[in-house]
Amino acid sequence: MSSGFVMRIAAPLVGAGLLAFVAAPALAQKGLDEPFQAQFKEALAGKTVAYVPVSMNFDLTEGWFAGLKKELEPYGMKVIVRDPNWSTSAGAQAVTTLLSEKPVAMVIHNPDVQTYAKLLQRAENEGIYVIQINMGSVYRSSGFVGANWIEIGERDADAVVKACAGKSNKIAIVQGALSAAASAYTLKGVENVLAKHPEIKVVSSQAADWDAAKAKAVTQTVLKQNPDLCGIVGFWDGMDIGTAAAVKEAGLTGKVFVATSGGGERKGACELVKSGAFDLDLSYDVPTQAADMAALIKWLVSSGAKAGSVKGSVYTTLVPITKENASAEMTCWNLGELKKN
Amino acid sequence: MKRGRISQQGIVFVIFAALFAAFAFLLPGFASTQNMLTLLQNVAVLGILGLGMAIVVIGRGVDLSLIATLAVPPGLVLQMVQDGHSFSGSLAAALLLTVAFGLINGWLIAYAEVPALFTTLATGLFLAGVGQALLFNLDVVQWSDGMAGFERLGQGTAFGVPMPIIVFALACVGVAILLRQTRIGAYIYAIGDNPYGARATGVPTRPIVVLQYVLAALIGCLAGLVMASSVNSMPTRIFNSTWIYDVILVVVLGGIGLSGGRGGVVNVVIGTLLIGTMLNGMTIMDMSYSAQNLVKGVVLLAAVIADSFLNPRNEETAQQGDI
Repeated sequence: MSSGFVMRIAAPLVGAGLLAFVAAPALAQKGLDEPFQAQFKEALAGKTVAYVPVSMNFDLTEGWFAGLKKELEPYGMKVIVRDPNWSTSAGAQAVTTLLSEKPVAMVIHNPDVQTYAKLLQRAENEGIYVIQINMGSVYRSSGFVGANWIEIGERDADAVVKACAGKSNKIAIVQGALSAAASAYTLKGVENVLAKHPEIKVVSSQAADWDAAKAKAVTQTVLKQNPDLCGIVGFWDGMDIGTAAAVKEAGLTGKVFVATSGGGERKGACELVKSGAFDLDLSYDVPTQAADMAALIKWLVSSGAKAGSVKGSVYTTLVPITKENASAEMTCWNLGELKKN
Repeated sequence: MKRGRISQQGIVFVIFAALFAAFAFLLPGFASTQNMLTLLQNVAVLGILGLGMAIVVIGRGVDLSLIATLAVPPGLVLQMVQDGHSFSGSLAAALLLTVAFGLINGWLIAYAEVPALFTTLATGLFLAGVGQALLFNLDVVQWSDGMAGFERLGQGTAFGVPMPIIVFALACVGVAILLRQTRIGAYIYAIGDNPYGARATGVPTRPIVVLQYVLAALIGCLAGLVMASSVNSMPTRIFNSTWIYDVILVVVLGGIGLSGGRGGVVNVVIGTLLIGTMLNGMTIMDMSYSAQNLVKGVVLLAAVIADSFLNPRNEETAQQGDI
């Protein structure tokens, strides 16, 4: 009974003491202002970032746009897009017009290495930061974010060469469009590997113009001539869906190793690897690329550095998609979900 | 055309036969049955489109919107199924869109009397734009599970023959019957030969012209369905490619004059075979892209030059509206 009495008196006392103990430092300490965030917010707020892809409406460019908006809009930046719809001259015009609109930064997806080069140099001279994405031009600007095409060619070719060990050693190459530097760089990577493997015989190396129907036609003919083909290096998964269809129709799925690359969108990459259409799809994970671009823009704009005074590259770390990880939630991304975030 | 003259169709056939013989002799594996089937399968879609173009060109028109009807309605089917609609409903919607589009083309050309060249150039752009802006999320519309089974149209075989070839053959038979056995076919030739004469003799020229464009649109949609099921997706930006020239090439090379009233299904088949043989042979030889274009250009020039030597144009043979 006496202990109960003590408890009844003591509990509130202890409680009050604890409260005082916890509250005292809070009262004594004032908030500390982080010295750089205000400048950062001020530097970004109300600024415009212009984005000029080769065309909207496909997984890569839509993904970059959604990612940029997601990262930059919360800081009061405006992300505008100029869609040249696959026309190089319309793109050059868009970039020229942007020069006078003076956005703080431009994100440029070059159709080739030459067309925009001079314009991008002018932009940086006028104080606009230029970030180039996936396809660089001969002008090196403040930032480049993108896949290393040489590495893609080398890793795809390596995988095919490995899959060919002990087999016919006959491979085929399905290139993109001849005018595209991405295709030429990838081919260089493939050549680098083949130079080390003289036993490998390239029975066909054809350009399919990024066109699935053309890739299918070429692959069908090649497979009829060389039914013992052991591997194919394709240059883009959006096109190689045709390559894979030809392999499947010939009943050679699993026997012919198909290696390709792409942006890692779920339907275009993971599901096709899962179905066995592709054996390897090197992904240059688009949301990560978008985050890299946004980080560069945040850094450049908040640094106040003169445009073109620093120049660097952020080569994308490739995600090899194979049967092992194709089913994992994080391997691929989905445009609908990215837009919702 | 006088007797004894070799028609362009004949010239192209001779070139085709010579090329074929040369490839069969020089390239091991070219003349195999399997390779022949591949050759045909690879140009089947082009051939089907050629049939649609032929119907219009014989009636002295041209349809530059054919690639749009190849891309957009079949793309709509894939997109709607992806979005959870039933396959049959999606197909019906696409066919409705195709027919409506053909009717608009035909009405503009037959009743509003806008030249076919400009009408179809504009409507093609319009349809492709509608597809891009309103119907599709992405340029490449992917296959989805709801379409399971339908891929047999492009990837299956019947009696060992790939389905695209069978579809092309059936389309050939259908169009041949329409052009040669029915009154509508006779009207199309009459309109192509002399539209004013045809109208004066009581041919319902305007409805027939509308029908031509509806048929062309439907054939374009059929070609698109074959193509989509063949590569398990619909790359709708194919509209921006130069495919339409290939289609016109097949038709003109085969000997269907752009001035109308001449030629038939046989011409389309010959033109398609020549293109198919060239593409297949050059792929087997692993020729570079630029070299392939060079050869294509030389062969086409040879055909055109041979034609103008053997069938010189003069006041007597020239037709009004000859291009």
